[in-house]
Amino acid sequence: MTVNVEIERVGLDCLLVRLFDQIDTRHVDVIMAFCEQLRDELADAVIDLTPSYTTVLVHFNDARTDEAHVREAIKRALEAAGQRAEASGQVHELPVWFDPRVGPELEVIADKAKLSVDEVIERHVSREYRVFALGFAPGFGFMGAVDEAIAMPRLSTPRKRVAAGSVGIAGIQTAVYPSALPGGWNIIGRCPTRLFDIKREGYTLYRAGDTVRFKPIDHATFLNHGGDDTPFEGARHD
Amino acid sequence: MTDSASCSITRLDGGCRVQDLGRFGVRHLGLGQGGGFDHLSLRVANALLGNAHTAPVLEITLGQVALTFSASTTVALTGADLGARLDHVPVSPGGCFVVEGGQTLMFDTPVQGLRSYLAVAGGFEVAPELGSVTALAREPLGGLHGEGDELTVGDALTYAPGFPSLRTQPDATRWSFDEALVLDVVVGLQAATFSGRSLFDAFNRPWCVDTRADSMGVRLEGPRLESRCASLVSEGLTPGVIQVPPDGAPIILGPDCQSIGGYPKFGAVTPYSLARLGQCCPGDTLHLRPVGIGLARARWAQWLGHLDGVESHGV
Repeated sequence: MTVNVEIERVGLDCLLVRLFDQIDTRHVDVIMAFCEQLRDELADAVIDLTPSYTTVLVHFNDARTDEAHVREAIKRALEAAGQRAEASGQVHELPVWFDPRVGPELEVIADKAKLSVDEVIERHVSREYRVFALGFAPGFGFMGAVDEAIAMPRLSTPRKRVAAGSVGIAGIQTAVYPSALPGGWNIIGRCPTRLFDIKREGYTLYRAGDTVRFKPIDHATFLNHGGDDTPFEGARHD
Repeated sequence: MTDSASCSITRLDGGCRVQDLGRFGVRHLGLGQGGGFDHLSLRVANALLGNAHTAPVLEITLGQVALTFSASTTVALTGADLGARLDHVPVSPGGCFVVEGGQTLMFDTPVQGLRSYLAVAGGFEVAPELGSVTALAREPLGGLHGEGDELTVGDALTYAPGFPSLRTQPDATRWSFDEALVLDVVVGLQAATFSGRSLFDAFNRPWCVDTRADSMGVRLEGPRLESRCASLVSEGLTPGVIQVPPDGAPIILGPDCQSIGGYPKFGAVTPYSLARLGQCCPGDTLHLRPVGIGLARARWAQWLGHLDGVESHGV
């Protein structure tokens, strides 16, 4: 497990631990186990642990510990993580109203994939996705991997505003926008579930390592769930 | 218990944000760190008044801001000289002064530096959310009303008037704006992905602060830097990291940077250099200098020593 791991210094109080070279959903459990072990090892000397696809950024409190001690703790946590990595994380089912009114790229992807809109939706919901990382904005989960047939590169010009709840595809990744944000993902539907709430325990619905399934719902159910069906500002700003 | 006094924003054409040292422990949920860009001047402002080092202050960027106080209190002003006047009487940054009820503190335009920090005795009364009052553009939390909104004219920040002794900022904690600016960089492993020519240029050629510089990042204009990795798998980021997008213009990440990203990076500026960068105006020239980790740590420890000196001064 520790053979190919690289530890990279980032400034004075961060170390980037590169556990893998390639993105692979099977790596997620090892990364999560490593984070858990390292938290135990370093306790309150950790300020932030940021897991991503293949790495974990360790921000330590240099008033309480030093880099050499953190490097030792990282090595011990890697050993332990390799031995105990097991399926981890919670499973969440997110309702999504897939419709061109709130998913301007639904038909674009269908055309490119030579599929019907219903087939695009079917391909998207037929998989379970792992959350690789949260980033960009609070509760924004980078998930993968989508069926290659419906994979789409980001828009060449990002939109200035993507509506809250928008479900998007970028390459083989999928994600839900937790709030209205600028963005360049291909939007195919809208989810009424709140993903970030400072009043909720843990603040975000899901975390890195969790599993997400999407479930198609109709317009009425979307509204019942409190969804906002304001049509998408389809115009890209180019 | 004193009646609540308030500081109202009566003009806001530049930038004005309620700030502290940022939000920690939630980066894995996708939140940025935020906090005042010149975190050292921010800390000094609070320390001069004997405030907690986490007390909320106002960060005024570029000037064109006016603040009217409802009741007398002591304030501290540090960081940039934005041509501040208290009812038309010039006030210089670098110490404390008393503001009387009804007086207006006006910030004009940058004379030296970019960001001023204004602390009131006891701190502005703003409730932190997830440990901080900072409000980032992408985030629905923090700020005066707790929803991440920017301050606007008419907003009022409350404070409990206090009158600690009027102290002056020690010279060791002031920025020198007269010398050529050099930022210390701790070089990282990914520097090896850059061409030798690019690394030579990075540390030997002057850089110019781009007009699009903001609290998310400061883009530098100069030679194009080339990495053989155009983009990487996204990985955790932290303020101070110098990343290089495919256009070859390096960006030094500011406190409001995203929590993950995928451009190659050749290092990170030290915490004191990051704070100093927060005082750079578009068009300013700077140099990058590689420093060994030992020297960088020693310089940072020296800074922390100066801060301790201000903070531990009897209150």
